[in-house]
Amino acid sequence: MRNRILALILILALAALPTITQELGEASLLALATRILIYGMAAASLNFILGYGGMVSFGHAAFFGIGAYVVGILASHHASGEPLFGIVPGTDQMLLTLPLAVLVAGLFAAAIGALSLRTGGVQFIMITLAFAQMLFFLFVSLKAYGGEDGIIIRRTNALPGLNMRDKATFYYVVLAITVLFFYGLRRLTQSSFGTVISGIRQNERRMAAVGIPAYRYKLYAFVLSGMGAGLAGALMANFLRFASPDMMHWTKSGELMIMVILGGVGTLFGPFLGAAAFLILETFLAAWSEHWPFALGLILLVVVLGTRGGLAALVQRITALVRRGVK
Amino acid sequence: MILVLEQLLNGLQYGVMLFLLAAGLTLIFGIMGVINLAHGSLYMVGAYAGTFVAAETGSFWLGLPAALGAAALTGLAIEALVIRKLYQRDHLDQVLATFALILMFNQLIVMLFGRSPVFTLLPAAFEGSVEILPGLYYPPYRLLIIGAGLLVAVGLYFLINRTRIGMLVRAGSTNRDMVRALGVDIRLLYTVVFGLGALLAGLAGYMAGPILAVQVGMGEQILLATFVVVVIGGVGSIRGAFVAGIGLGVIDTCLRAFLPGMLRTVMPASEADALGVGISSMGIYLLMALVLLIRPKGLFAAGS
Repeated sequence: MRNRILALILILALAALPTITQELGEASLLALATRILIYGMAAASLNFILGYGGMVSFGHAAFFGIGAYVVGILASHHASGEPLFGIVPGTDQMLLTLPLAVLVAGLFAAAIGALSLRTGGVQFIMITLAFAQMLFFLFVSLKAYGGEDGIIIRRTNALPGLNMRDKATFYYVVLAITVLFFYGLRRLTQSSFGTVISGIRQNERRMAAVGIPAYRYKLYAFVLSGMGAGLAGALMANFLRFASPDMMHWTKSGELMIMVILGGVGTLFGPFLGAAAFLILETFLAAWSEHWPFALGLILLVVVLGTRGGLAALVQRITALVRRGVK
Repeated sequence: MILVLEQLLNGLQYGVMLFLLAAGLTLIFGIMGVINLAHGSLYMVGAYAGTFVAAETGSFWLGLPAALGAAALTGLAIEALVIRKLYQRDHLDQVLATFALILMFNQLIVMLFGRSPVFTLLPAAFEGSVEILPGLYYPPYRLLIIGAGLLVAVGLYFLINRTRIGMLVRAGSTNRDMVRALGVDIRLLYTVVFGLGALLAGLAGYMAGPILAVQVGMGEQILLATFVVVVIGGVGSIRGAFVAGIGLGVIDTCLRAFLPGMLRTVMPASEADALGVGISSMGIYLLMALVLLIRPKGLFAAGS
């Protein structure tokens, strides 16, 4: 019950944000909030296999980038009027591009996951990294879609009846998708499927002994996680009106992992908090000094070495303290 | 034919560099169980420290001990302050903590030396090129790198196979807990191995200076290729690092040299070049994926 009230308060606060930033005259804050929502979804997707499933994927930015490229490629074909592969017409309708981005990211995740999940441990980390790097170099060499420079998307995808050029409208669309996403993720982690995934992390051999085909369940989880990252990537391409190979560079995969760890591994809202903390830190440190990566590295090091469970655990510890104080 | 031989030598030279980095990394990986992304930073530290001393003193050879010393000391400091706390943690924490170290080292170098690349002088005796076969002219400095790398390989072979430390290292990469249970001071062994790895990384960094630009981020460029070498060779295996390092060096160099030309015979030049560069950059990752699918623990995995 208390969690529901907290979630409701959070949603209301996020919904009021555009009005508040307009009153304050800080338009850049709204852009920051939009990015936090989008990266929050990407990090939460990664966390589903990393935190719940125990699969350390170091190539998750690949699916983020694929989602972005689906939007970018469809938009460029829509603008030029030439169909893709001679049959698929381009489009700028968000109701089409988002599901397609999720689908394509899921297909890639199915292929990469099917191969990668045959290994484990360090080899799994490295093979997911390898596949992401392959896709990175593939898109770098695709001159038709801008190569290294990426594709510029002329305008944000359209939704019927809405003016998507308006930053606040776009924010509300992203917020609505985020709320649905986290609702779905919560249902998923509490379902029997989610329990099986957690069980595999704790002891794969026992789960196999109970009669659960671990490989198949891990693959399902990997595909779902890739689809989530693809959705976030598609929204990011809409937000930036740009898709580039940098979105799937291995340092981006690293940043997604940082968000998960910073927020708290294996918690529902941890990655969201982590994304917020990471992006806010980045924005403010960058404004403060050009040497901000040093400070970011230091903070990250302290968090990894000094805290267990990230920000989510910290929040829990503080609320527990407060509650004890109240009593 | 001459061109092929030249590229094979270039590949050998790149492979030797990869081996120098991978040898340390694979031991750290295999014995301590730590994924050290900051290994590339040690390579960068070696390159900057050596190049700085060489530029100040005007002697290439004085830069060498500076590079080795700086890299080894930095390595020991990292081990004592950060890595030691990570032995008991899972891979995730290790990846992140060492990723944080990369951010910090890159920025420290920017603060100290600025962003623009630093160029190094070749030692006077190794300038120009020599004719090693009729018609095949080759820069002697690259031959020096190949020679130094092979020398290190021989040295490591004796160290690992003929000395007491080497025996402990081999035992440690097969079964860490058993070595500890037998009363070996495993912490000291860890420190020695980490220092040695850092030393080799520094050597590779300093030798790479005159060929590649010494710049911020140089560590990450070679780091991923090094990880590919370690994983293909098998974690903890020096022999695997040597075979995979040389093999990948040659394959990568030859792909980059010949693939665009081959593609140009079937498609327009500009597209062929872009696609050729892309595919040859993918080559080593593709190879790693293939090797792992056939042998999930790599070619020469210790203890398998």
